[in-house]
Amino acid sequence: MAKKIKITINEVVVEIEEGTSILDAARQTGVIIPTLCYHKDLCVAGNCRVCVVEILGQKRLSAACATPCEDGMEILTNSYKVRNSRKHIIELLLSEHNADCTRCYKNGNCELQKLASDYKIMTQDFIRLVEFKNYTIDQFSPSIIKDDSKCIRCQRCVRTCEELQGVNALTVAYKGDRMKISTFFEKPMNDVICTNCGQCINHCPTGALVEKNYIEEVWEAIADKSCHVIVQTAPAVRVGLGEELGYGPGARVTGKMVAALKRLGFDAVMDTDFSADLTIMEEGTELMTRLKMALKDHDPDVKLPMATSCSPGWIKYIEHMYPEYLDYLSTCKSPQQMFGALAKTYYANIQNINTEKIVSVSIMPCTAKKFEANRPEMHASGYRDVDYVLTTRELAIMIKQAGIDFMKLDDMPFDRLMGESTGAGVIFGATGGVMEAALRTVYELVTGREVPFKNLNITPVRGMEGVKEATIKIENPLEEWKFLDGVELKCAVAHGLLNAKKVMDSIVSGTSNYHFIEFMACPGGCLGGGGQPIPTSPEIRRKRAEAIYAEDAGMELRKSHQNPEILKIYNDFLVKPMGERSHHLLHTKYYPRERF
Amino acid sequence: MTFGYQLKRADFIFKNENDWKEILRNNLSRPPHEVINELISSELKGRGGAGFPTGLKWKLTAEVVEKTKYVICNADEGEPGTFKDREILTKVPLKVLTAMTVCAHVIGAKEGYIYLRGEYFFLQPELNMAIKEFEDYCREINFEFKIRIFMGSGAYICGEETALFESMEGKRGEPRNKPPFPSTYGYMGKPTVINNVETLAHTFTIFKYGAKRFYDLGVQYSRGSKLFSVSGDTPKPGIYELELGMSLVDFVEEFGDGDTKAVQVGGASGFLVPRKRFVETTIGFQGKLTGISLPTGGSMMLFNSSRSMYNVLDNYLEFFREESCGQCTPCRVGCQQLLNGIKAVKRGEKNAQYLEKLLRLTETMQFTAKCGLGQSVANSFSSIVENFREEMIY
Repeated sequence: MAKKIKITINEVVVEIEEGTSILDAARQTGVIIPTLCYHKDLCVAGNCRVCVVEILGQKRLSAACATPCEDGMEILTNSYKVRNSRKHIIELLLSEHNADCTRCYKNGNCELQKLASDYKIMTQDFIRLVEFKNYTIDQFSPSIIKDDSKCIRCQRCVRTCEELQGVNALTVAYKGDRMKISTFFEKPMNDVICTNCGQCINHCPTGALVEKNYIEEVWEAIADKSCHVIVQTAPAVRVGLGEELGYGPGARVTGKMVAALKRLGFDAVMDTDFSADLTIMEEGTELMTRLKMALKDHDPDVKLPMATSCSPGWIKYIEHMYPEYLDYLSTCKSPQQMFGALAKTYYANIQNINTEKIVSVSIMPCTAKKFEANRPEMHASGYRDVDYVLTTRELAIMIKQAGIDFMKLDDMPFDRLMGESTGAGVIFGATGGVMEAALRTVYELVTGREVPFKNLNITPVRGMEGVKEATIKIENPLEEWKFLDGVELKCAVAHGLLNAKKVMDSIVSGTSNYHFIEFMACPGGCLGGGGQPIPTSPEIRRKRAEAIYAEDAGMELRKSHQNPEILKIYNDFLVKPMGERSHHLLHTKYYPRERF
Repeated sequence: MTFGYQLKRADFIFKNENDWKEILRNNLSRPPHEVINELISSELKGRGGAGFPTGLKWKLTAEVVEKTKYVICNADEGEPGTFKDREILTKVPLKVLTAMTVCAHVIGAKEGYIYLRGEYFFLQPELNMAIKEFEDYCREINFEFKIRIFMGSGAYICGEETALFESMEGKRGEPRNKPPFPSTYGYMGKPTVINNVETLAHTFTIFKYGAKRFYDLGVQYSRGSKLFSVSGDTPKPGIYELELGMSLVDFVEEFGDGDTKAVQVGGASGFLVPRKRFVETTIGFQGKLTGISLPTGGSMMLFNSSRSMYNVLDNYLEFFREESCGQCTPCRVGCQQLLNGIKAVKRGEKNAQYLEKLLRLTETMQFTAKCGLGQSVANSFSSIVENFREEMIY
C-alpha cells in the first residue's frame, strides 16, 4: 500500500496516495482541470501546459498532469494567475490553429474547440500564425487525412503510434516554430509504414487527423435508384455506435442499428458476423490442415504457428515489419472482404441482380478497412468487392443527417441470406474473439465434443491483457484426427501492434512454440478500433467488451459451424471449406513492403 | 591597467595545471563526505547560469543508492555571447577531467561523458588526446573511470540538462518533466551529476587552494570568481576571470568604449541593463547587496549608442523562435507571437498598447513554460521593451 499524504486542493484538505499526480488527485476530489496533451492510454507528456496549477510558495505554475503531489502541498486550480495563464495558452494554441471550425470534420467533437468555448475566447488578439505557414493537407491515404494546420503539437498521435502500436509512422520533426508531426522524410501517409489503424485519429484532440470519409459517395449510391446498395455491419459497430447517438459506453444497439440502416435507404442490411462465421470455417479448416501437414505428414514446409488475418492494420504491419513471415499468415481474407466477394457473386446470383449495379458498403470500427477494400487484389468478384467503407462514426453522422431519432427506433432483424450469425461471429469484435470462435469450432470438429469450457466461454483468451496465452489438450479425437491425440494446442492472442511485435519477436527468436495466434492491430481488438467513437479509454473499451460478450451469451447459436446460412452457402455454392471456389473468392495473398 | 574598486581580477582557471595528478590522488583518497563538505563550504554555485549549489548537487546524487551513476560535463555552450567553455577545454582540459573524476569518486560513478557542442567538433582530437593521457594515469593509480565525448548536433535546447540526457539517449532533445531531477533520474534514468565545464574547473581551484580561498573571493551569496565572455562594442573583447559581485558601472568603465548604452548580461536568455541602472546593478546570484543582482552564464554584451535595441530584441527572438524545442505551447507559440508582435508594432500594424499584451504574455511564458528556455525569454523581452519602449515603436 502506498503511503497516504495530505494535500490541499482549492482550500479543501484531501488525503491521497503518495505519488498521485495533481491531476488525478483533483479528479478524485471532484475538481476538473482541463487537459489537452493528457490521455489515459498514453504516457504523460506535459507539453500543452493547459493543466497548469498554482502551488503555494512557488513562483512558477506546475503542469498538473506531470507533477506528483507532495505532503502538505497547497494547490490552487483556479487562482487568478492560473486562469490568466491558462487563457493565454488557449489563445496561443488558437493563434497557431486553423480555427475554421464550421468547415472542420471534427466540429462539435474537438477538445480545443471545447476549451475555447469553456473559456469564452471571443477575441483574436494574437497574430494568426497559420497564415505564415505553408500547410498542405496529406490526403493520399485511403484511410487517414492529416491536416497540419489544425495540429496543436500535443504529440498524442506520436505517443499512440509509438506506445500503443510500436509503429512510429508519426514522429516529431524540426524544432521551434517549424516543429511539426511528420513521417519518414515527410512522405505522405500512404507511402510510409503507417498501418492505417487509425488509433492516431482516435487520440487526436482536434481535426488534424481524421478518417477519409465516404459519406457523400454512399448517399449518392443510395439515391441512385438503379443501384442495389447492400450494407454489412461489423461486430464491434453494434457496441460502439450508441456512444455517438446518446447512449453510454457499452450499449448494445444491434436492432436499432439495423432499423436505422433500413431507414437510410440501404436495399439490404446484412451482417459481417455471417462472414465472420464463414471465416472460422475457412480458417479453422486451414489450421487443421496445417496441423495435419506438420504433425502427421511431417511436411517441413508447413508454417506454424498460423497467424490470423482478419485485421488489415495487422496485415499491413507484418508486410512492413516481418515480410519474411508472410507465409505464417492464414490466407483467409477478412470477414469484410469475404462478404464483399460473396455479395457480388453468391448474393447477386440468388437475387438475380446485375453485379454491376451492386454497390457494396461496409460499416466498420476501423479505418484500415478502407485501405483493405482498396487493395488491388480485392477484386475476386471481377469488380471491386467492397465499394465503400464507412466507420462507426461516419454511420452515426449519416443517421444524424437523416434526422433519425435513434433511441426511439424499434429493433429490426438483419436481412436473410447473409444476415444470420452466431455468438462466435459476434465475439470477433473483441480481442481473443477470433481465437475463441475458432477453438469452439475446431475442437468440436476434431473431437466431436464441445470445447471443455463452461458455457463455451473460453475465458483465458478474454480480457485486456496485452498478450494472452491458452493451451488446450486434445483428448480422444475422432478417428480422422487420431494423430492429434494428446497434443496440447498452444494459442496466443495479441492486441495492439506493440503486443503483436512482442509475439512476433518471440517467434523470430524461436522462444515460443505456438500453433495458432490471433493478432489484432488495435487495443482491445476491433471494439477499440480506429473508426470507433471518440473518446476512447481503457474503461470505455472494457465496457464495449462486456457488451460484446453479453451479445454472444444471448445468442441461440454460438458456434460458427451451426449457422444455418453457413451450412446453406457450403451446400449451394462453396461446396466445402478450402475448396476451389473458396480458394478463389475467400483467400488472398500478401506482399512484402518497405520498412519505413 | 587599472581596475575600479569592485572590479577584481582573479587568475585561477587558466593557471598552471601541472599538479593535476597530485590533486587527483589526494582527492581520491579523501572520504566523499569530506569533499562534499568542502564544496558546500566554498558556496560554489553552478556556472552555467542557473546557479544551483554544486556541493549540494553532488551530495544529493551521492546519497542515492544505485549501482550505476554518471558524471556529465555539460559543454553544450550555446548561449549567444558565451565562449568560455571552449577556452577551458582547449587550455586546461585536464582540470575538468580531474574534477569529473573526483566527482565520480564522490558519487560512485564509473562512467563520465563530455557533451560537446556540435559546433565545437574541432576540439575533439585534442580533447581525446587529453582524455587518453588522463585515463592512462587513472589506470596507473588503479582508479576505474571511463570518460567519453558525446557530440551534440547544434541544438541550443540540448544544453538544458534533461534535454541533454534525451539527446544522449538517442532521442529528440526535448526537456523532461521535473521532478524527477537528475540527482535521482538522469542519463538512462540513473542518478547523474551534470555540471557546466566552468563549474568543474572551479572545483579544481577549490581542491587545490581550499574552500576558504575561493570563498574569500566575491561577495555574500556570490562567492568565488567567474569567467566572463566580453563581446559587443568593446575595445577589448575576450574572456576575463573576475570576482563576482562587481558593479556594472565598474565593468563598463573597464570594458566599455565610452559610449555604452546598455549591457546584455547573461546572453539572449539574460537581462538587458540600460545605462541609467549600471550603478545599482551587481553581477552575482540572488541577494541584493546594492540594487539589482543578476546571475549570468558569463556572457556580457556591450551595446553603444549606434545600436538599435529593436534589432537586438528582434535578433534574440528570432534565435528563440528557432531554438525552442517546440514541444510546449507557451514557448513554441509564445516566441512566434513575441517576434511577430514586435514586428507588427514596428510596422504600425498593431498599436503600441500591444506591447503590454506581449509583456503579459512573457509573464505567462515565465510561469508556464516547461523548461528554462521558455521561462527566460521573458528576461530579455521585458528588460528591453520596458527600457527602450520608444525604440520598439518608432
